Amino acid sequence: MGAGQPGNRERPITMTDRTMTEQKTTEQKTSDPTRFLSHLELDQPDKTFLDSNELVINMGPQHPATHGVLRVILKLDGEKVLGTECVIGYLHRGVEKIAENRTYTMFNPYVDRMDYVAAVSNGLGYCEAVEKLLNIEAPPRAKYIRVILTELNRMASHQLWLGTHALDIGAMTPLFYTFRDREEILKIFEKYCGARLTTHAFRIGGCQYETYEGFERDVIKFLNFVPPKIDEYEELLTSNRIWLERTKNVGVISRADAIALGVTGPVLRASGVKWDLRKAQPYAAYSDFDFEIPIGTNGDTYDRYTVRMEEMRQSLRIIRQAVERIPEGPIMAKVPKVIKPPVGEIYHSIEAPKGELGYFIVSDGSTQPYRVRVRPPSFVNLQALDIMVRGALVADVIAVIGTLDIVLGEVDR
Amino acid sequence: MVAKLKGQYGSGVREACTYLGQNYMVVEPSVVSELLQILRNREQFDYCVDITAVHYPERETQFELVWILYSFPRNERIRVKTMIADGESIPSAVSIWATANWLEREVYDMFGIRFDGHPDLKRILLPDGWKGHPLRKDYGIIQQDQEWVQANLGIESGQ
Repeated sequence: MGAGQPGNRERPITMTDRTMTEQKTTEQKTSDPTRFLSHLELDQPDKTFLDSNELVINMGPQHPATHGVLRVILKLDGEKVLGTECVIGYLHRGVEKIAENRTYTMFNPYVDRMDYVAAVSNGLGYCEAVEKLLNIEAPPRAKYIRVILTELNRMASHQLWLGTHALDIGAMTPLFYTFRDREEILKIFEKYCGARLTTHAFRIGGCQYETYEGFERDVIKFLNFVPPKIDEYEELLTSNRIWLERTKNVGVISRADAIALGVTGPVLRASGVKWDLRKAQPYAAYSDFDFEIPIGTNGDTYDRYTVRMEEMRQSLRIIRQAVERIPEGPIMAKVPKVIKPPVGEIYHSIEAPKGELGYFIVSDGSTQPYRVRVRPPSFVNLQALDIMVRGALVADVIAVIGTLDIVLGEVDR
Repeated sequence: MVAKLKGQYGSGVREACTYLGQNYMVVEPSVVSELLQILRNREQFDYCVDITAVHYPERETQFELVWILYSFPRNERIRVKTMIADGESIPSAVSIWATANWLEREVYDMFGIRFDGHPDLKRILLPDGWKGHPLRKDYGIIQQDQEWVQANLGIESGQ
């Protein structure tokens, strides 16, 4: 963790005397919207340096527990967090501006670089949004392939989350276990489309590649191989005393706060909202499958852990149904060689491993999108960090960053 | 619902349509704040999915602001759109949905649209000293790159 010295790139960091007001807002549990606001007032002149116990320190951007290049400015009173401010944008690549200068087809691989641990989900969202804009639909076989790969990717994303999250908290073994098993998924991706992470698996209108010889066999082998492994992760953590101490009642977010902050995905479900876009507004072939939406009750880090663990099992359930029922037929719809959607706009969102991933695309009738807006789940979820860690300890900040499951490529785009 | 709102605001709600199965309404900037409040409190649109903007430099009112809302009880989405001219500001929605905070900051960062009453309106993705607002259509990427290369490396840009 960096010392109190401000980095020379950003605004200067000074300390202010806001201890009292800060604490009051923490205690107030009213519907006052201002309590969500993070006000460190870092630009105020240094007034109380000598009398104050407060300390302002930087965490990140070069810190392994921030999962990338997230910089969090923490205002501390001893070990207690009074407030935080996230400084983001270190990985900003201007994806939305790039989109305006590329054709619809050319932009397709770029979306994989946003949430690079769940690239398949990004591609699915983009392809479906453009398909909706073109008013075409992918054939059933393509939809099933999409579901299988997307759920495998959700699994891989959750495994990566579990490994790194446990590592942040101090358990090293789950990282080796999850990476060992995630490898099997990446092997399937590699055999399917040649890439392991940024897969570019789907095309507008369907899939580019037919499943390879033995695809079903590989997937079923994986389905049989992985459930005992998930039990193994749970054995290490679920009733582990250290894990319970570090996660129970840490980073609690209430149902009302989660909705007000627009939090989605497992974080929202752990707070007790039974909402999953795969059920609420089914896309691809999700309406064909039986699966449960796991929810939590307390909205703490432990609940988010159990929700994601259960989600992995539900993903396996979906994959098994999809592999068994995969229909024959074409994998590509009739798509014009040059994609020129009619003038109009569309918002389409999917349930990515991190939450609601939406694409708002405006077409002006040319071959290039007039505007592409990505609604990233990580960006919106990260906003909840402040309210989740206020009053907690510094070590809990690390646990909460892990449990939010952010990917900075998606936060910054 | 739309008919009710139209009755209440008359010409404030300019049009309400459905395109590709998605509902949206175009409203006057003066009624936006009140309308969003009503959608949140009376029509149960409790989740603000996204706030974004689109730039049309050839129009008189250059910016189209878009609020994408979702209602958990109704399982329904709606888009609220309004047009404002360059330099005009719009009331902030932070007091309605807390999530608007960062979303509005991003719109400000990328388009330079100011939100009145936003508690902390500053750049979010780009550094504080950045010049211009990149998602405006008149923002040239090549020019920005050349300036940076010349100033920092003292050579001509390769682009």
